[in-house]
Amino acid sequence: MNHLGNRARLRRRVAIDAAMVMVILVLMVQMWLLTATLESYLAGHHGVAAPALISSLVLFGFCGFLYRLVLRIDRDAR
Amino acid sequence: MDPKDGSAAKPAWSEEFSVYAAEDAYVQRRQFTKFLVLTSFGMVAGQAWIWMKALTAAAPAAWPEIVVARASEVAVGSVRFFTYPTPAEPCILIRRTNGEFTAFSQKCTHLSCAVYYAPARDRLECPCHEGYFSPVTGRVLQGPPPRPLPRVELQRRGDDIVAVRLVEGAEA
Repeated sequence: MNHLGNRARLRRRVAIDAAMVMVILVLMVQMWLLTATLESYLAGHHGVAAPALISSLVLFGFCGFLYRLVLRIDRDAR
Repeated sequence: MDPKDGSAAKPAWSEEFSVYAAEDAYVQRRQFTKFLVLTSFGMVAGQAWIWMKALTAAAPAAWPEIVVARASEVAVGSVRFFTYPTPAEPCILIRRTNGEFTAFSQKCTHLSCAVYYAPARDRLECPCHEGYFSPVTGRVLQGPPPRPLPRVELQRRGDDIVAVRLVEGAEA
């Protein structure tokens, strides 16, 4: 019984770690996107701002989903 | 007392600060993930700010025509400072050693330091990080600036030199 509990805990931990790594990767993409958009804006290419904003919003939504996933796993563990 | 099961209600702080070491690891990861998601929102806010700036900073429908100097008053190898198209955007008019007039935005495309004309070397120089620009086209000759200087289109009307348009430089 205790063995099964440990395995479940290990699975939860792996799931939370994977979600965190995904959030970090998404954040890095968002940082790159922000830098590239700013550079394009300063170069006078104003047309890229709207698509970049939409992309960043989608990535933020994914981050939010992962965060909710972490919360749910955490809640189930209690 | 908890009305459902009769046990003592858990205080609010116990959600964030567990007394159990195993749970503490979960709490820290959750808080860290929360911080990352907030940072992600900060990135969205930055993108939104750029988008707002892009909406408000669109090129004017008609460029103003401004007399920036009289040709007879600018000596060969000297410069005249002016603002174009708004009073917040400093520009530099150059009379090169061959007598030709050119004008550029004075803000370096690297970190917006003011560039100046070096007649001895016939180039525009940024003193902050040694970025050099061509005084003919505004293209980057050396240094960290990523783009050419925006060029002010000039027209000669008698003795007057008139700024008629600002042309963004292509990427380097």
